Parts: sequence; C-alpha cells; structure tokens
Amino acid sequence: MVQDGSRDKWSLGLSGNSSQLTKYRVRSAWLFILPTLLVLCVVAGWPLLRTIWFSFTDASLSSLGEREFIGFDNFLFLLQDEDWWQSVSNTVVFAIASVTLETIFGLGIALLLHANFKGRSWVRTAVLIPWAIPTIVSAQMWRWMFNDIYGVINTILMKVGIISNPLAWTADPSLSMAAVIIVDVWKTTPFMALLILAGLQMLPQECFEAAKVDAIHPLRVFWRVTLPLLKPTIVVAVIFRTLDALRVFDLFYILTSGSTDTMSMSVFARQQLFDFQSVGLGSAASTLLFLMIGLTTIFFLKIGRSKSDQQEDA
Amino acid sequence: MLVKKVFLDGCKRRVKRLALFLLQMDLAAESSDIDIYQVDMVWPGLLSRHLIDLYPYISEQRKKQYLPQLLENNTVAQRLVSIPWFLNVGLLYYRKDLLEKYGVSVPTTWEDMEKAAHYILKEEKKTGNDSLWGYVFQGKAYEGLTCNAIEWIASYPGGGSIVELDGRVSINNPEAVYIVQKVASWIGVLSPPGVLNYIQEDCRGIFQIGKSIFMRNWPYAWVVLNNPESPVAGNVGITILPKGGKNGKSSSVLGGWSLAVSKYSQRKKDAIDLVLFLTGKNELRRRALEHGYYPTMAALYKEKKVKSLSPITDLMLKLLKGAVPRPAGQTGTKYSQVSAIFWNMIYKTLAHKGSAEKNLKSVEKKLNFISKNGTRWIKG
Repeated sequence: MVQDGSRDKWSLGLSGNSSQLTKYRVRSAWLFILPTLLVLCVVAGWPLLRTIWFSFTDASLSSLGEREFIGFDNFLFLLQDEDWWQSVSNTVVFAIASVTLETIFGLGIALLLHANFKGRSWVRTAVLIPWAIPTIVSAQMWRWMFNDIYGVINTILMKVGIISNPLAWTADPSLSMAAVIIVDVWKTTPFMALLILAGLQMLPQECFEAAKVDAIHPLRVFWRVTLPLLKPTIVVAVIFRTLDALRVFDLFYILTSGSTDTMSMSVFARQQLFDFQSVGLGSAASTLLFLMIGLTTIFFLKIGRSKSDQQEDA
Repeated sequence: MLVKKVFLDGCKRRVKRLALFLLQMDLAAESSDIDIYQVDMVWPGLLSRHLIDLYPYISEQRKKQYLPQLLENNTVAQRLVSIPWFLNVGLLYYRKDLLEKYGVSVPTTWEDMEKAAHYILKEEKKTGNDSLWGYVFQGKAYEGLTCNAIEWIASYPGGGSIVELDGRVSINNPEAVYIVQKVASWIGVLSPPGVLNYIQEDCRGIFQIGKSIFMRNWPYAWVVLNNPESPVAGNVGITILPKGGKNGKSSSVLGGWSLAVSKYSQRKKDAIDLVLFLTGKNELRRRALEHGYYPTMAALYKEKKVKSLSPITDLMLKLLKGAVPRPAGQTGTKYSQVSAIFWNMIYKTLAHKGSAEKNLKSVEKKLNFISKNGTRWIKG
C-alpha cells in the first residue's frame, strides 16, 4: 500500500512520457501543495535557518542584537563537553529501548485486536486512551505513581514481594531511565498498535486462506506470511517513532531529577538557551540534534528504499 | 491609570520560568510596553542593564529601613536596580508531637537535628512505625537544591556562599565539604532515597501524611499543613533553620520579589512613583496584615499586629539576621549557570557519585574557569 503510494508520487514528476495530461497533473499538484509549502517555509524553514545561523554566533538571550560570528566554536565546545555526550547517550539509549519495546508490544496488541471478538471496537477505542492524554499530564501522573514514599508502584511491588524496600524510581539515575522508558512505552504503544493494525487490515486475505487450506501451523504463518507482508508498515511506524523519540523532552523534564545524568538532548538545549541564556550554544545543540534526526531519517529511507527495490526486482 | 501595565502578582510560582523568559525577550527588544517589572531575588544581575538606578529616588532614612541584605542583593555595580517588596525564607518544620513524645528538644544545630532524628526513628521503629523518615528537603537538581545547599554551607563560620561579594570562588572549603558529605550520608538513612527528586510540594506531601519528622520548606506550607483536613494539623512546629555547629549561625536563603522600573519606559516618573508607593512602609504593612506577604522593612516585624500574624513573623527578625543572599549580584548574567553547576555537583554527591571533596573541587574549577578565576563575572 505504502509502496504503491510512493510509486504514484514518482510517476508524477519523473515518468518519461511527458504527455499533456501528465504535465497538467504535475502543475495542479504543485498548485495544491503550494500553500502548505509556503506555510512550512514560514513556520518551520525560517526558524530553522535562524537557529542554524545563531549556532555560529555567541548570541545571548539578554542581548540578542550584540552577537558576533564565531565560526564552529560552539560545536567544538559541545563535542568536548561530557554533559552533552551524556545527553546524547541518554537520548540514543531511550530511543532504541523504547522504540524496540513499543514495536514488539504494538505488534502483539495489533494481532490481538485484529482477531474477531465481541466488543472489539470498544477495546480498540479504550486502548488509545494513554495516547490521548497529553504527555505533560501523564508524566506528572506517573511521577506521583513512582513516588518512593506514597507511590502506588512501590506499594504494589512490595505487597507482591518483588522488592523489600521502596525504590526511588525517579531520583536514582539508573532507575529513572527505566522509569522514563516505561512511561513512554505505556503512552506510545497504542499508537504503534494502531498503525500496525491498519497495516494488518490491508493484507491480502488470499495468502491466509491458502495457508489455512494447507493446514500450516499458525506460528509458521506469522513468521512466513504475516510478518514479511507487514514489514513496510512496521518500517514506517518505526521511523515515525524513532524520530519522535530522538527529540524527547517532556518526559525527561517532568519525570527525572533534572541533573546532567538524566538529560535528553532537547532538555540540554533548552537549559543552554533559556536557563543559561547562551542562545549560540543552545542553537548549536539544537542544530546537532536536527542533524542527528536528519541523518537517521536518511538512513531509514535508504534501508526502506533498497528493501522495496529488492522486492520489486523479485 | 498612571502606568500602562504592571507585572504584579500575576506570575504564579508555576509560570516563573516562563515569566523570566518573556521578561528577557521583552527587555532585550527594548520594549516600552511594560513600565514596571516584578523581579525575583536572583534576577537583578541578569537584568540590571535594562533597569534604572533607584538609589537617587529614595531618601537616606528610607534606605536604612529596608533589610540591608535585600538592598545588597538588589545592588549591581552600585546601582539599586529594584526595591525589595516581599520576602520568602527557608524554615525548619518539625513534628511537635513526636519531639514531645520522646522528650527531645527542638534542634538548634544540624548535628542536633541528626541526633534527634536518629533517636526518634530508632524508637519509632520499635513500635512498628517502619515507614517514618527523619528529614526531607528539596533535593531535585534545580534552583531549590541550590537554596538548600547554600543554607547548609553558609550556616558554618567558614562556609561562605559559593561566590563571595568580591567575586572570589569560595566553595571549596573544609566546612562546606564536611556538611555536604554529612547530608549525603543521610540519604537512604534519615532522608528517603527519593528526596533527590523532591521539590517543595513533594516534601510537603510526605510531611503532611506524617512520614517525616523534620522538613525544610518555605513559609507557604504552614497554612496547608494546619488545614483542618491535614493529618498533622496542630502537631506541626516551626523554627529557624539549624546552625552549623555551636559557633555557626542559622542561615536562610533569601527568596522573594522586588519591583523594578524599565529603562525603556516612557513614563519613568509615574512608574517610579508607583514603585515607591508600593514598597513604602504603609503599603508593606497593609499587604502583610491583609494578604500575609512578609514585609521587607525590619521595623515592621517589631509592630505588635504584624508580629502576632503567625509564628513565622515572630521568627522573622531572628531569621533575617542570618539570611544569606544567593550569589546573584556578584555573578551577574552568569548566575543561572553558577547555580546549575553547583546544584549538579551537590546532586552528584548526594547520589553518592563521588565525594563532596572531589565534587566541590570540581565546582570551584568550573566557576574559576567561567569567571577567569573570579575576576571577570560579566555584569548585566
């Protein structure tokens, strides 16, 4: 489905036979996306360019006008700053762990919801609730649940007998990463499940019917039929989530103690920009984050494209 | 109206950061939209370049009435950039009932408090009260931890307040190392491990459900704790923060707000008049009696009516004797960076990542680096 869509897009501009109709279609397509492009340029393009420009200066928040061009100094400083590297590693660990778990759980839930059972539409709606709650609200809610003294999570774990002493979930740097990942998985798994479920419903039923006729074991059907067919959908979902996870801010900001041990790249950039007023350095940190997200996107697109090329060849 | 807009009590605690950010943007743009700003105790250094000098407008006599620490705090390069309006201070809350039960007197030093907490915890454990803790404070890596840690350190005779008035970095001294290491030893023993993520409201919550004997908090908690529905209502005592050893002094950080006039205001005369009126003795008295704001003039605390407002006003004069400003004036625009470096290293020590000795040395090194050995703090 996704591949078909992308092939359509390519045929708009790149197809060899430039008939009158194609030209017309191309022109009207540009006309339709022009307003969007204009708005994007104003609200995304301009701030982005400005941020990149600031990252080569020593601008300060209290005197934005008096800035000097200082070349790559900000970037060199960041690359030598252990706190910045700590934030990079926090962000990467968070993105990998949370997206992996969300994909696995999301796939499981999607398969369950795909089955026919009574009250299915109710369950499908209910599953979305964590996704619908604003992150800032759920982060605060989890902060209370994780509290070491009156938090419900410690109480349950202690009653069940898994732990004997209350854990300081959000205060201990080694545990707070786990806490952040848990909350993100709780919140975003429904999104994954929904995307994958949509993919599942698009799959051609013939393959499954054929497998049924041949009496193939369901697990084998899953590995050999469902998963390969579902791959493009999963890749798109994973790209979405990874890009989102790399720019994580609110969960870290609300849930953790705020020390340099538990900062994400966005939290680091915000601190430089607003708390320390170093607009130059903060912009450089934002620019590096932007580069990282950009490279990740290109990487995923490359994988996605080479895979679909292979499939087309086959 | 005399002035176009006034930033008064509109900024609640929750939006403080946003307010500072908006305020900076506004001032950086040299906007004349706002004539008067309400500024936090740690902002003068940050904003001074945009604010007018108010010394020429107050008489010598009036100058003497304000608490000297407050004027000192608001003075940047001999200019009074804002006039102190109301106060916030750190206080020690304690469980009166528990102290009475075990015949323990209200502690006056950190060492006494440590001893008292250990003793009461031990005795309470015998009666099966396992979930009680000794001391909660603001331990999250944020400005609140800077306040708490300065109070520990400045309470010792040689502790200092991170950066001294002349710009010298004083944080690496034996007494600072001693008390920070001592507090670190409380984590998990007297203070819950989660204290490292507590802000004032987390502390208040734990104290209010009766899970802690002592708590450091701001005055606001007093009213909430004594609300009829509060489980500890009537059992809460309040006093000045402990001294650092027998020769130390109780040291509370100075919090609170001042009023400043923008350099870019087009109605400076009106704006100054209003600020002088709002920070005048009569208005300060009215706001104290009617709204419970702690006034910034010493003489008001001696007045009977003000004194009898709450047990806190009674403590105030004693408390203000030892009040320490955060090093905001001397570090100028670098204050928030100084504070963040400091709280991060204190946090590391409390989380048992490196000794106080090593971490405070690292604070000293970083601060000396950003200030060229304490000689070049950039004034706003």
